[in-house]
Amino acid sequence: MNGIEVKAVSKSFQHVKALNSVTLTFKENKIYGLLGRNGAGKSTLLNIITNRLFSDSGTVLVDGERASENDTAQQKIFLMSEATLYPDTMRVSDAFNWTKEFYGFFDSGYAESLCKEFGLSPKKKIKELSTGYRSIFKIVTALSVNAPYILLDEPVLGLDANHRDLFYKLLLKNYADNPRTFVISTHLIEEVSSVIEDIVIIKEGEIIKNQSCEELLKAGYTVTGAASDIDRYTAGKNVIGVDVLGGLKSAYILGEPDKSVSSGSLEFSRLDLQRLFIQLTNS
Amino acid sequence: MKLDFESEKPIYLQISDQIEDAVFTRAFEEETQIPSTTEISTAFKINPATVLKGMNQLVDNGIIYKKRGVGMFVRKGAQDKIRTKRQQQFFENYVETLIAEAGKLGITRQELVALIERGFEK
Repeated sequence: MNGIEVKAVSKSFQHVKALNSVTLTFKENKIYGLLGRNGAGKSTLLNIITNRLFSDSGTVLVDGERASENDTAQQKIFLMSEATLYPDTMRVSDAFNWTKEFYGFFDSGYAESLCKEFGLSPKKKIKELSTGYRSIFKIVTALSVNAPYILLDEPVLGLDANHRDLFYKLLLKNYADNPRTFVISTHLIEEVSSVIEDIVIIKEGEIIKNQSCEELLKAGYTVTGAASDIDRYTAGKNVIGVDVLGGLKSAYILGEPDKSVSSGSLEFSRLDLQRLFIQLTNS
Repeated sequence: MKLDFESEKPIYLQISDQIEDAVFTRAFEEETQIPSTTEISTAFKINPATVLKGMNQLVDNGIIYKKRGVGMFVRKGAQDKIRTKRQQQFFENYVETLIAEAGKLGITRQELVALIERGFEK
């Protein structure tokens, strides 16, 4: 089978269980969102997949082959991690050359064009880059490696709104030209919700949601209106949050909207994903 | 094209509606190519699978068709098809809601008819 298969993987750090028997599959040519709060186990999972950490138990398969200590499998995966693994004094262009040496299939021309779009000078030393430009440098590297599985750990860290916008556009263009699997780990759920096809939510080392983003959006809805109308409407419903603004009220509800209740002031809109995420991942 | 990410309506349905609208208003002429999945996907930062789902809906409804290796084209007669569909939906989409709203406002049947007449004379 093609894809990355994670089977019953567990990992503890001293007394903390970082991953508890995690099983999931990242299929071929799909864009995934890997969401979770800080310390939920996102990075641990990505690091085990890419053999930077060893799991205590369980296995990871890449296209049916064992991922741990297997160069053939690892050559298919590129992880853009939070840590910068290149020496600080190295220039951006040299770092690209090293990646090419290591992966063998790095598109230098494309990397150059991406640098231009983001306004990143390839002559700069890595230590001279700001947090945002460090992320950009790593994004450019990840998009230019022609591996079938690209894992992006917090890719938009420190990026301003314009650069985030540019990143999502370039990612989708890249994906259209060269379909492969992308896994984007982030906690900015609203921002990626239209970009990703499937969503995986991890909480305290366990997978609590793994489904298509469209399905998740159908899990609930928002209703806004006069406070008294909202109170009457929400009675007996599964309310996950409420916002009040003077006499106006918004309620975030799980389930299907009940439109048989005809009350003039009620307005229905989409589920607030950020709110659902907070509700699901609160301990 | 304008997408509303807050709307209750799924994005793929918004995409098919908007393309349909463009065909109806002749922004996309019959037998001409419409923007590609990739163009729409990158312009609005939407996963291409979502765009494709919206397009397939229009293919199923006979509004657009796929030319292999080229892209999606507006089918001949698509505009008439949309007009017929919208005429059928006119009653429930407009007339029924108009009467319901008039009822809430205490507007009588005669007053409503008079208002429609006035609308025509304007």
